[in-house]
Amino acid sequence: MIIKNKAVVSDDWTILRLSENETPESVTVPVGKIIVPLKVWQAQRATLQNRAERGVWLASNERPEELKGEVEKFDVIAVDFPKFADGRGYSIAYNLRARLGYVGELRAIGDVLRDQMFYMQRVGFDAFAPRPDKNIHDALKGLTDFSETYQTSLDQKLPLFRRVKRDGIATAGSTNE
Amino acid sequence: MYKYDVYDHQIVDERVAQYRDQVRRRLSDELTEDEFRPLRLQNGLYMQIHAYMLRIAVPYGLVSSAQMRMFAHIARKYDRGYGHFTTRQNLQFNWIKLEETPDILADLATVEMHGIQTSGNCIRNITSDEYAGVAADEIIDPRPYAEILRQWSTFHPEFAYLPRKFKIAINGAAEDRAAIAVHDIGLSVLKNEQGEIGFRVLVGGGTARTPIIGSEICDFLPWQHMLTYIESIMRVYNQYGRRDNMYKSRIKILVKAIGIEEFKRQVEADWADIKNGPGTLTVEELNRVAAYFTAPVYETLPANDPGVALYKTENKAFANWLQRNVKPHKIPGYAVVVLSLKKTGIAPGDASAEQMDVVADLADRFSFGELRVTHKQNLVLADVKQSDLISLWKEAAEHGMASPNIGLLTDIICCPGADFCTLAFARSIPLAKMIAERFDNLDFQHDIGEIELNMSGCVNACGHNHVGHIGVIGVDKKDGGEWYQVSVGGAQGNDAAIGKIIGPSFNFQQMPEVIDRLLHVYVRERLEEELFIETVNRIGVTPFKEYVYATPINVEDTVDKDAYGFIEKPDNYTVQRKSRF
Ligand code: HEM
Ligand code: SF4
Repeated sequence: MIIKNKAVVSDDWTILRLSENETPESVTVPVGKIIVPLKVWQAQRATLQNRAERGVWLASNERPEELKGEVEKFDVIAVDFPKFADGRGYSIAYNLRARLGYVGELRAIGDVLRDQMFYMQRVGFDAFAPRPDKNIHDALKGLTDFSETYQTSLDQKLPLFRRVKRDGIATAGSTNE
Repeated sequence: MYKYDVYDHQIVDERVAQYRDQVRRRLSDELTEDEFRPLRLQNGLYMQIHAYMLRIAVPYGLVSSAQMRMFAHIARKYDRGYGHFTTRQNLQFNWIKLEETPDILADLATVEMHGIQTSGNCIRNITSDEYAGVAADEIIDPRPYAEILRQWSTFHPEFAYLPRKFKIAINGAAEDRAAIAVHDIGLSVLKNEQGEIGFRVLVGGGTARTPIIGSEICDFLPWQHMLTYIESIMRVYNQYGRRDNMYKSRIKILVKAIGIEEFKRQVEADWADIKNGPGTLTVEELNRVAAYFTAPVYETLPANDPGVALYKTENKAFANWLQRNVKPHKIPGYAVVVLSLKKTGIAPGDASAEQMDVVADLADRFSFGELRVTHKQNLVLADVKQSDLISLWKEAAEHGMASPNIGLLTDIICCPGADFCTLAFARSIPLAKMIAERFDNLDFQHDIGEIELNMSGCVNACGHNHVGHIGVIGVDKKDGGEWYQVSVGGAQGNDAAIGKIIGPSFNFQQMPEVIDRLLHVYVRERLEEELFIETVNRIGVTPFKEYVYATPINVEDTVDKDAYGFIEKPDNYTVQRKSRF
């Protein structure tokens, strides 16, 4: 189960993580819907790109620009959060969407927890695989913690001050003592 | 000052609700302590030695009388009747129960306050000039920009889990009173030759383990671009700042590692497609926010009040206070008054609930209902009529807030140290107290004149020791004892400099004598009218060093007299260092 478009849905993708003795060149990618590490994609692009369903994931220390010009090849791109406190994934997501033009499913994987998901959704994630020991229905609530935001990000192209008419001092009913 | 509109209220109220639920989940063990820690930190809640500490944001140091009364209420209801003003112009309560924190934050929200992003690896409370709006040397009032930055940085989704904390300071006057050179980003508002307003942007300054002065990344950034340009700085830092070693994770280390030129190149590359985009500030928004910071309606008054002039000749104590604690105001007949929170015997920056109520009252009666918190941990009434000075002084004195020591030796900046802080190597509050007692004599202090003594309990340097004229810092000698290293020649402001360490460390009991010897060299060497820091700059550190170490400092290993109240046996005191935060 994952969260996608603000609902809990079933999921048939498998995330491939290399074990220590596997290399990107030699690992066998099983058939089916597999989200492969960036390195595996790069090493086996020739065969992987002929598959019907393609997915890739980026580690937090990998650069989204490595997928420049080919983001549209993927049904899903995932970004791994090795620890929830590692915030690089937020900028990776932003860059994938805003700079590289990716419009497909963008999934947060790894140490994904309820209390970070509001921010994740703002920078462009539309799918979340919360950590398996957590209740996914509980995690879903994290997407609605706030109903307003000040600044632009991926979900909100205009900052609050361009979107709404904000009360100034004259209309706020407060005097300038 | 700024007032929340419906959006500000809604965002802060939703935050309280979110946090309340997080606390509930922590208490029911749905959240582990590791998962909860960053959440509570981003609401200002630290774990300290004895209890939780709650840090409340005072945006750019500005606080209304109603907010100050709320602090008093919180001090009484949830703490032990006092609070602590910090060098980052915030307020901390030291004896907080986790279960009560959602209610405290809900109470604060009713007066437009919160603890958002006062801790954690995110953009912290923006600090500014404590004399903004009234300083005679002001070029541009920085507060509207600080408020716009506050809103922009609040819950910025991309920058909530940075490699490390991130501090922005902004100054708009000729003299830098916001220490912009030792911040992650330091902004000075200025006007160019065409009369346009913009910022000089410094990046990568800081103190702590690697004290370093910020580098200029942009000499003139037109104000419209403030938010997008900072966004790009943040994005480069978020991606490339080190995360493997927390001592090397501040932006200053990144800037140093790749050089300011390369850093600037990366920032400008990132900026290219958002520059002039929708994040660009508008005149309407700037005007909307700036309208909250217009000057109050001043009366037309004579430049000098005859009553004050007369009373000054009759009352020495009042005259001393006028000299040290009252600053010139740009409007004739008005004055800026500093209320000292540095009475000898009190921890620097501490205020009791009663004092908070009193200052709220004084603000209402004498200064348009507003106060400022200074980075030197005092309070300021910025718009006082000179004709009110005598009554104000009497009332402040009655409540222990008229020590005429602003800028003098006992106006010490001091971090919480080992009495509260789990990271400390040594105590700092009792040391400040002991030094203040030794040099309590006011004539002596006036003779020494302006000097900044800054103290921290460990290498993190929360007490600004690196930029103190005299800096004191607790060091780890692995023997569990309390040792302090001393530096001289640091400075903040326009001539910011990092102090030089004079030599091997001293123990707690030796420290007052060390300070005494440093002052002795100054008195011996000074030219007429020369301040301590000027003498140091002229003659260098060596004469100080030689004299301090010339003869051993013998102190009887006297049992410290319960210096702060709750460390009962300081003689066999060992510093408690538990986990971080
Ligand atoms: C228990 C309480 C506190 C803890 C655990 C704590 C922790 C820290 C740590 C770990 C650093 C170093 C950060 C780094 O190098 O990246 C630091 C720096 C700093 N803290 Fe604190 N602190 C505490 C209280 C305070 C207080 C009360 C103040 C203000 C009076 C303060 C103001 C600062 C400042 C100004 C810095 C300095 C340098 C910089 O940001 O570059 N801190 N603190
Ligand atoms: S300087 Fe060290 S001892 Fe003092 S508050 Fe900061 S972390 Fe604690």
